[in-house]
Amino acid sequence: MQRLLGRLTALYRTTAVRLSAVYLLLFAACAAFLVFYVSSMSERLLQQQMHEAVAQEAGQIERIFDNSGMNGLLRTLERRARQPGANLYIIASPSGEVLAGNVAAIQPGVLDTEGWTDTPFRYQRYQEEARGTSRPMAYAQVIVLSNGLRVLVGRDLGEPETFRNLVRQALMVALGVMGVGALAIWYLIGRNALKRMDRMSDASQRIMAGDLSQRLPTSGSGDEFDRLSESLNTMLGRIEKLNEGLKQVSDNIAHDLKTPLTRLRNKAEAALAAGDVAEHRTALEEMIGESDQLIRTFNALLMISRVEAGQAPAEMSAVDISGIAHDSAELYEPVAEDAGLGLVTEIADGIEIKGNRELVGQALGNLIDNAIKYAEGSGGEPEIRVSLARRGGDVVLSVADSGPGVPGDKREEVVKRFVRLDASRSKPGTGLGLSLVGAVMEMHHGRLELDATHPGRENNRGLTVRMVFPVLPD
Amino acid sequence: MKILIVEDDLEAAAYLSKAFREAGIVLDHASDGESGLFLATENSYDVLVIDRMLPRRDGLSLITELRRRNIHTPVLILSALGQVDDRVTGLRAGGDDYLPKPYAFSELLARIEVLGRRKGTPEQDMVYRVGDLELDRLSHTVKRAGKEILLQPREFRLLEYLMKNAGQVVTRTMLLENVWDYHFDPQTNVIDVHVSRLRSKIEKDFDQPLLRTVRGAGYMMKDEAAG
Repeated sequence: MQRLLGRLTALYRTTAVRLSAVYLLLFAACAAFLVFYVSSMSERLLQQQMHEAVAQEAGQIERIFDNSGMNGLLRTLERRARQPGANLYIIASPSGEVLAGNVAAIQPGVLDTEGWTDTPFRYQRYQEEARGTSRPMAYAQVIVLSNGLRVLVGRDLGEPETFRNLVRQALMVALGVMGVGALAIWYLIGRNALKRMDRMSDASQRIMAGDLSQRLPTSGSGDEFDRLSESLNTMLGRIEKLNEGLKQVSDNIAHDLKTPLTRLRNKAEAALAAGDVAEHRTALEEMIGESDQLIRTFNALLMISRVEAGQAPAEMSAVDISGIAHDSAELYEPVAEDAGLGLVTEIADGIEIKGNRELVGQALGNLIDNAIKYAEGSGGEPEIRVSLARRGGDVVLSVADSGPGVPGDKREEVVKRFVRLDASRSKPGTGLGLSLVGAVMEMHHGRLELDATHPGRENNRGLTVRMVFPVLPD
Repeated sequence: MKILIVEDDLEAAAYLSKAFREAGIVLDHASDGESGLFLATENSYDVLVIDRMLPRRDGLSLITELRRRNIHTPVLILSALGQVDDRVTGLRAGGDDYLPKPYAFSELLARIEVLGRRKGTPEQDMVYRVGDLELDRLSHTVKRAGKEILLQPREFRLLEYLMKNAGQVVTRTMLLENVWDYHFDPQTNVIDVHVSRLRSKIEKDFDQPLLRTVRGAGYMMKDEAAG
């Protein structure tokens, strides 16, 4: 019992049930209004009909009396009175004494006034007198014949009353059926909704318990529950991805920052052991350099996570990407030249994208920097190519080198934070350059493509990195 | 030079006080926004160094209030936020320079010296001179000892910035910001390569060096002969 009550309370709390309760009430009120309206209208109609019938009969009685005298009238009335459901007839003397008719008793005073009785009156027929049933009600018209006799013609009110009762009964039955039906439907709908909500909250419980791979159930019907579940699932996917990134980053930070910190500590220790001031100085300078590198790594990390958090859309504006390409190429050209590499540009002018100049500039800088680092002394063509062109609806900014390249199966890997291929471990760098480029591309709703510059070659396939910016509608 | 540092991290403030005093800079310290506002209004400073996140009144509102009160002392904003648009909001609020934490002290010092000196020197100087080197901003010509030196447009801007701040240390980041208008960490030695090219052009045929490398900090344009 208690359980059932609990379930009903829970049901009542669901929106669907509350809503249908409101609807039911509204509907019942409308139905009641309609039924009462119909019944009162038809009652009025019946009453009017009765009036007309009585008035007609009274007229007939007058005519019969005029044509065939008292005897004819009595004959006619006797015949009519015997018919089933007959009207009421009374013939009375001018003083009010009942002379003939089919009524045994009548409310006193009814016969005294000529014309319509104002209110219904009580009466009793002969047959009913014997049975002792309650006295029914009637309406009547009293006419005075030319010889002074009074004639009452009346009609029983039973018929409209029965009709009214019938209509009311029908209404009650209808309301009853409606109520039961609504309860049943509520229960089914509400329970269904409740079950789905329960499943959803179960799933959320599991997610809260730490299993981020859980997803909310969908029924596949595409209704509002499904839509809610789907958008929550998308959100969960994003959270999971961010969470994974976070985990990966903290793992990598722990691993990759331990090395320079250890180095820093060793240097301090060694300097402490050495007594010479000049040695101290050198050690301190080295330690500052080491710390700067660490700070640089942290800054790069922070930058990436900020860009990845996808904020600052306000900082996106129309930027001259051709200008950025020219500037960056010019900035790195001397470095390339010092490394024995030519920096060739193929930059289409006047291209604009919606973006952040700083970030695109830094991303391109990272790519050129990487290209110089890996192509230097690799034995390929000593050339780095920076190109900017439209491709279909996209704007493609690419940097191609002739270095050792990145094997196909590692291309996705190298974009991740701190991932450096074994071959590149000897080169300086934080392992974060491409990650930043990837994050910048994501912020610009674009993508990063990695490819071999010379796919056919064995050793110096080279790497081409393309930043593909979609042209966004304003 | 006298500066005011508004910084709620007392340890950082103590370290900065010591370091600035060693660099010959007189320093006042306020540890919250309201007392910072009071000091900056009551006293006269050459530069204000204001942390963005402060108790009682945040850094940006402090700067806005100072500017409203017609105090135009140069302001350098320090910020641990370092979000992509932080610099923009900081400069929009009335800051003159912006340095994200963590920073190298040499970087902070160089920027403060440039800001503090900015007040005195007219920007309208059409010709910059360091020793026998002469840069004409109007005709875009550079001469040393009367002999014209041909420079690329970017090299010209690099030299212009260095000469404008002659006698001051200019860091690599400052150069990237002011000559290339990029605000990121240049990572490798890009700036060094540009500077060494410029140096070879202006010093190649002359004995007297003018462009000095300041170890651990950056570069300085200085007429060594003049002392």
